[in-house]
Amino acid sequence: MKYLCLIYENEQNWATMSKEEGDAIMGEYFAFTDTYRKSKQVLAGDALQPISTATTVRVRNGKISTTDGPFAETREQLGGYYLVDARDLNEAIQIAAKIPAARTGSIEVRPIVEFPERDGG
Amino acid sequence: MSEGDTEQARAVVERVYRTESRRVLASLIRLLGDFDRAEEALHDAFAAALQQWPTSGVPANPRTWLVSAGRFKAIDAARRSARFDASQGAIADGLELRHAAQPELDDESLDDDWLRLIFTCCHPALSPDARIALTLREVCDLTTEQVARAFLSTPPTIAQRIVRAKVKIRDAGIPYTIPTRADMPERLDAVLLVIYLVFNEGYAATSGDAVVRTELTREAIRLGRLLLELLPEEGEVAALLALMLLHDSRRATRATASGEIALLAEQDGSLWDHGEIAEGARLVEHAMRTGRIGSYAVQAAIAALHAEARSAEATDWAQIAGLYDVLLRIEPTPIVELNRAVAVAMRDGAAAGLTLVDRILERGELASYHLAHAARADLLARIGKRAEALASYEQARALATLEPERRFLDGRMATLRETNEGR
Repeated sequence: MKYLCLIYENEQNWATMSKEEGDAIMGEYFAFTDTYRKSKQVLAGDALQPISTATTVRVRNGKISTTDGPFAETREQLGGYYLVDARDLNEAIQIAAKIPAARTGSIEVRPIVEFPERDGG
Repeated sequence: MSEGDTEQARAVVERVYRTESRRVLASLIRLLGDFDRAEEALHDAFAAALQQWPTSGVPANPRTWLVSAGRFKAIDAARRSARFDASQGAIADGLELRHAAQPELDDESLDDDWLRLIFTCCHPALSPDARIALTLREVCDLTTEQVARAFLSTPPTIAQRIVRAKVKIRDAGIPYTIPTRADMPERLDAVLLVIYLVFNEGYAATSGDAVVRTELTREAIRLGRLLLELLPEEGEVAALLALMLLHDSRRATRATASGEIALLAEQDGSLWDHGEIAEGARLVEHAMRTGRIGSYAVQAAIAALHAEARSAEATDWAQIAGLYDVLLRIEPTPIVELNRAVAVAMRDGAAAGLTLVDRILERGELASYHLAHAARADLLARIGKRAEALASYEQARALATLEPERRFLDGRMATLRETNEGR
């Protein structure tokens, strides 16, 4: 099964960190990504720019409305994601627990809906 | 076949249903890969037993007979509906493939299925409410009506909670497996929590009628026994069972004949269930020997010391206070701290306990917890500060929500006023 692991943490953590601390954590991310890409359990992953760059778009009555900022202001922000391929939820939980942000923020694990193949799709 | 034979066979099937239906269900869920399909197959299997056992006799191993009957019924059912719905044909093929890949059914693999069912129903990815409802329904075979009555809810709410939990199990990919060694501590804690919450709902008398509550404590103890049988090496399982038995041993004396609360010190120890106390004490010792000493083991050890003492004076308060020190390290919560303060008061005197209780109340976390004020009032009364004691009882009275607790506090205040006038 495929799961999207959404990485939530307080963005300010990164702002208040020393360069050494930041480098150490980035090193952990590189190691995590390498390990699980090799085992073919991580299919994709990206870090996101901070929420100050976020834009929320809605269409109401056919009219586009664009607002500054994320959909919801919360203590923790969506900062990145990994798309993982796991046998079941237990394995996905084990992988999510290895993402460095699991220790400081939280990882939301969401199963991906698998639609049946569509003709010509 | 005579009518008597049919009657007799029906009685046997009913008995087997009571003792084996949940285990058969557990195996069918693994073999069919789906809760609902397994439940249908379970009913078909028992219907087949009612039909066949009177003529062919009761099979040597009814459980394996029922599991394989249920499995064939499920494949038949999928084949039949394949005529109307092509996707069912694929399901039937899949079930037959699974069938071909399965090793022979034996008692050991069927016991493993029992554990799979328990661990799946209590998966920490499900909310505690969902875990409780699912466990009582699937593992204990309580009806949704019974679960609803026990938790002051409505059958549709409970039914919906169970449906949602099953959907999450299927769509989130919660596997039907026994946890690996690395996962075991967290997963076992989730199971133990469900059992303890079921027990407490039955024991703590916050709601519901007495009959339903007894049913819940009985189910929780039964689940504890079952889990210990399956996982004899896990100390916390033995400890939780011990804790429940030790509490349950005082069932008869926890309230007076008129339904008033009776404090431990006021209870008649000769009316306690000494069989349960002995069994509980044995299990505590067993748990203490297993190495991983957790919160349930310490709580059970404390309960055992209370149960084995014939009176408050004869209680080993030094050891109880020491055990609360250990518990506070495992579970650093203000409630544990409060209980420790009461034990310290019994060991070192009311004044020492009062200092600790005041320190907890000053931090504010338990400011609205009526028992914290009641404990403070009791300690103040013991050192002769009656006016302050009455004020604390008033505070506790204002915060208490249950009628028997309010009446109990009223009684305390009345006694205190009388002794005051007597001086």
